[in-house]
Amino acid sequence: MSTELDTNSSYAMEIRNLTKKFGNFTAVDNISFNVRKGEIFGFLGANGAGKTTAMKILCGLSRPTAGEGTVAGFDINNEQEKIKRHIGYMSQKFALYPDLTVRENIRLFGGIYGLADPEIKAKTNNMLQTLEMENVRDKLAGELPLGWKQKLSFSIALIHGPEIIFLDEPTGGVDPETRRRFWEMIYEASEKGITVFVTTHYMDEAEYCDRVSIMVDGRIEALDSPAALKTKYKATNMDAVFRTIARKAQREE
Amino acid sequence: MNAIEIEHISKNYKTVSAVKDISLSVKEGEIFGLIGPDGAGKTTLFRIMTTLMLADAGKGRICGFDIVKDYAQIRQIIGYMPGRFSLYQDLSVQENIDFFATMFGTTLQDNYETIREIYSQIEPFRKRKAGKLSGGMKQKLALCCALVHKPSVLFLDEPTTGVDAVSRKDFWNMLYRIKASGVTVFVSTPYMDEAGLCDRMALIRQGNIIDTGTPAEIVAKYPYALLAVKGTPMYPLLKELRKLDGVISCFSFGDSHHLAYDPAKTQKENILAAAVAAGFKDCTAWEIKPGIEDCFMQLSEQ
Repeated sequence: MSTELDTNSSYAMEIRNLTKKFGNFTAVDNISFNVRKGEIFGFLGANGAGKTTAMKILCGLSRPTAGEGTVAGFDINNEQEKIKRHIGYMSQKFALYPDLTVRENIRLFGGIYGLADPEIKAKTNNMLQTLEMENVRDKLAGELPLGWKQKLSFSIALIHGPEIIFLDEPTGGVDPETRRRFWEMIYEASEKGITVFVTTHYMDEAEYCDRVSIMVDGRIEALDSPAALKTKYKATNMDAVFRTIARKAQREE
Repeated sequence: MNAIEIEHISKNYKTVSAVKDISLSVKEGEIFGLIGPDGAGKTTLFRIMTTLMLADAGKGRICGFDIVKDYAQIRQIIGYMPGRFSLYQDLSVQENIDFFATMFGTTLQDNYETIREIYSQIEPFRKRKAGKLSGGMKQKLALCCALVHKPSVLFLDEPTTGVDAVSRKDFWNMLYRIKASGVTVFVSTPYMDEAGLCDRMALIRQGNIIDTGTPAEIVAKYPYALLAVKGTPMYPLLKELRKLDGVISCFSFGDSHHLAYDPAKTQKENILAAAVAAGFKDCTAWEIKPGIEDCFMQLSEQ
């Protein structure tokens, strides 16, 4: 595979034969898949199927034992720093600084990603306006309601204009309406051409993805649109599809 | 006698009021669910009921024992599995169970029948340190430790949070077997799809109980007419539907949108026609019965 940056590629991610072993244990077992630019890609699997391990490699935080691929056009084996600069990441755990204000958090993360001061200033104003959070700009981030924290985390994960955003169980424990409002933000981002790579335990959210992959025992057992998967497994919803596929798991977490 | 009886319980942390004047009762032998998102006050209520924290106001009884005065008796007859794994990571599976059994003046052998079914799944790993177990195994061990003294009431604080859909189903099957052995189960969860699995439940939000009853009772109180609507493309359709007259709310629910409307102002045909007129393809709409999640969202609006 070429390691040159291929801006003409229609894929945000191209992964071939990715494998990660820890001693004798094969956490990720020879997986291959592509993610299209602007796609909402659901990355599903039971606990212990290897999702987190795979995701760490895709985010440039861990090296594969074997296999190759590109994320945002950069090589997963030797351009990890470039990958980190071109992706956004948001986890379920609130990862902003609770004892900094909303504005300070934006400034901090803008600075970490190397944005210049005037740019940070412009982005801050823009973000506060879009999120309708101007009147809480000087409030501590830790004191915001959960839904606002999430909106803020999501926007900050996009502050450096990444091509891809990784969302690791972004809606865990969130109330039903906030969860749905959050997905509306995902749609908005996707409409702007940002590729979304998301994990979730809510199977109704799997339906919102353009395509989903389901990992079992380190391998990708199924990959298609929710509609195609439901047809293939003769299921009325993704919950049934997931249970049929994930039941095949042999290994303990 | 009710297994759990709490009246007007309130608890504040500095300026935050975590639990506001909550009353509820749980019958003996039922699975009672406390359903609500993070930060709703679930864990605070658990700590008060399990005598680990004092309420600012209100009173409560567990199997007739007062949660303040009779805390020592209550601790003998309840099992409590907190949300965070809190067994001894550097003790083995066997040692953890023996430790908890000894604390309650019993042994694994004495109560083997109670936990046999769950214990048999972790028995092959009995020499392994608890910290080295997988998430699912840790959960089974914690459940064994909470059941080893044959409690009358079992308190489970978010046992399925972060757990995949398959393991969640398995866990609920375990709960049914525990219930069948006569134990009252009080369980909290942020997953609305688990609400239907409880005998009765309370929906909790921002420290308030917003409704309580059996799943059927709660669903029966839903005040609007409800449609499932589909069309391509889905997200623009959602935004379009919200603009229509007589539409009260519209949200994504898996592969369709759930649309609540006022039948005095509009009907299915009007909504469908508007979607088609706006250029959406493959539009369909059909009347549906609300689920607990629809009810929770509707009650949250108030």
